[in-house]
Amino acid sequence: MKNSNIRKLLMDRSIEGKVGATMPSIDVPLQTLPNKKFLRENLAMPEVSENEIVRYFSSISQMNFSIDHNFYPLGSCTMKYNPKLNDDIAGFPGFNEIHPLQNIDTIQGALEIMFDLQNILAEITGMSGTSLAPMAGAEAELAGMLMIRAYHRNREDFKRKKVIIPDSAHGTNPASAVMAGFEVISIPTDTNGNTDLEALKNVVDASTAGLMLTQPSTLGLFDTNILEVVKIINSNGGLIYGDGANLNAILGKVKPGEIGFDLVHSNLHKTFTQPHGGGGPGAGAIMVSDKLIDFLPDPIVTKDKIDKFDLSKPQKSIGKMGAFHGNFGALVRAYSYIRTLGKEGINNISEDAVINANYLRIKLKDTLDLPYDRICSHEVVFSAKTIKEKYGVNALDIAKRLIDYDIHPPTMYFPLIVEEALLVEPTETESKETLDEFIETVKTICEEAKTNPNLLHNAPHNTPNTRLNEALAARNPKLNWRNTIEEAN
Amino acid sequence: MYPENLKYSEEHEWLLENNGIATIGITSFAVESLGDIVFIELPQTGTEITQFSTFGEVESVKAASEIYSPISGKIIEINEKLETEPELLNNSPYEDGWLIKVEISDNSEFKKLMTAKEYESFVNAGS
Repeated sequence: MKNSNIRKLLMDRSIEGKVGATMPSIDVPLQTLPNKKFLRENLAMPEVSENEIVRYFSSISQMNFSIDHNFYPLGSCTMKYNPKLNDDIAGFPGFNEIHPLQNIDTIQGALEIMFDLQNILAEITGMSGTSLAPMAGAEAELAGMLMIRAYHRNREDFKRKKVIIPDSAHGTNPASAVMAGFEVISIPTDTNGNTDLEALKNVVDASTAGLMLTQPSTLGLFDTNILEVVKIINSNGGLIYGDGANLNAILGKVKPGEIGFDLVHSNLHKTFTQPHGGGGPGAGAIMVSDKLIDFLPDPIVTKDKIDKFDLSKPQKSIGKMGAFHGNFGALVRAYSYIRTLGKEGINNISEDAVINANYLRIKLKDTLDLPYDRICSHEVVFSAKTIKEKYGVNALDIAKRLIDYDIHPPTMYFPLIVEEALLVEPTETESKETLDEFIETVKTICEEAKTNPNLLHNAPHNTPNTRLNEALAARNPKLNWRNTIEEAN
Repeated sequence: MYPENLKYSEEHEWLLENNGIATIGITSFAVESLGDIVFIELPQTGTEITQFSTFGEVESVKAASEIYSPISGKIIEINEKLETEPELLNNSPYEDGWLIKVEISDNSEFKKLMTAKEYESFVNAGS
């Protein structure tokens, strides 16, 4: 990719008077413009031809990094390959060309898909009911927190104002709890990477509304204290929310409902495939136990005695999470993926995901630090602490250098409790050859850290833009074209 | 390596006492762990704060972290420069990068803070 060409924005290509389309001459009377004060004169529009626009957008699209191009081991995000079959099915006219306000009799097939998916997800997670309304994991978390609040209020217990969250949690967990009006109590992780039971016991009381827990945790570890955690919370009348971001690791093996979780969400776009690298579209189904079924977000799909499907609002529903019925296209892809794999295939997902992550763990444990040296789940957290101390090269430098080798950087500096963290999630869809290539690349980069640290400090080198000044970009963001023009002047 | 004239908290804040007024900031260890700081959120002057409770937030390219007060009292001044120049915190955590000034309400709370030596061994034990 030529840098000069791509840096020329559409506005820079504009030539005054150039027209991209031929319009017929006007054959209706001219109308006077509405009040001028409502019209903008400073709204710059690029004047370019059609093929200039197409070439411009095509060339920027080629700068994207995607799972269809290369390995994408982004921890806690499950960037698995998205089978094209799912896109084909989601593109069927019966799914793609319907409108949410259409008469219910004309969308029975679409509703049946949603109805089946509700049941399948409840079965996979060991829960009693599902709402497909939330459009992302974080929205499902908010829905879950609002349900916990509604549940306690419905019992006329107004003292439960606190939600307990381990310090390894995703940042969205405390944010969701606070948005629902709760106070967040953070508890530490013990030296094995499990929930610190003593710390938990010390904070649980009659004001505890519930606990939010990711299983396996963001450290990529199955919390072996989980049954004890459930007991402590339940015996105090609190509810347990499972963040399902890491569901990929336990699919077909562990049902959160059977462990004692009262709610769990699934990021359908992660676990059940959907292209989501650009921040969407996602889908965050929420599954609940019997006690919470009446509080589910509106709508859920129901089936009557004559097999007719309808949308209905649960009795004590917390209400709508957005317009209409959730992110339908994502739901179809998840359904297609699950039905294609079947029960046996679903079991294989978690087995292969865990084997792949452990392969990386074993092969790279002498190259990077391994803060938790035990069998991991679907992802493994390394640390660049020793390399940083010895050669002054940090996790960020290693991540950026990986881009030069056409590998997407893993998640960096998360979980926050691991210094110089690199959280790697290979997923089940990668072959041994890809993993071996990744292992060799990481070893090469760590060797470069010794012999030529500057190569890493300035990486990436093979991209249109090299190392960005992230601090400057955050402190002084320039978000639109006009700013860049003002700067040039 | 940490200034001797300051008191320190386990949450990596420092405090300088002068005539009942405490100047508060975060330590060079905290700043180094955070990396490049891009945004600091501070309360308004007049806000009452409590020892070891949060009073603000600092955001870096790596993470957002809460800031805990090492002492109780009323905020009488905030470092307004940080709003436009958050890098002051990276460049000068003990001087230009101070966060707030507080009218100390309870002198006995000093007992719960560490000396520079104690803080240094606290940091070394943790990492």
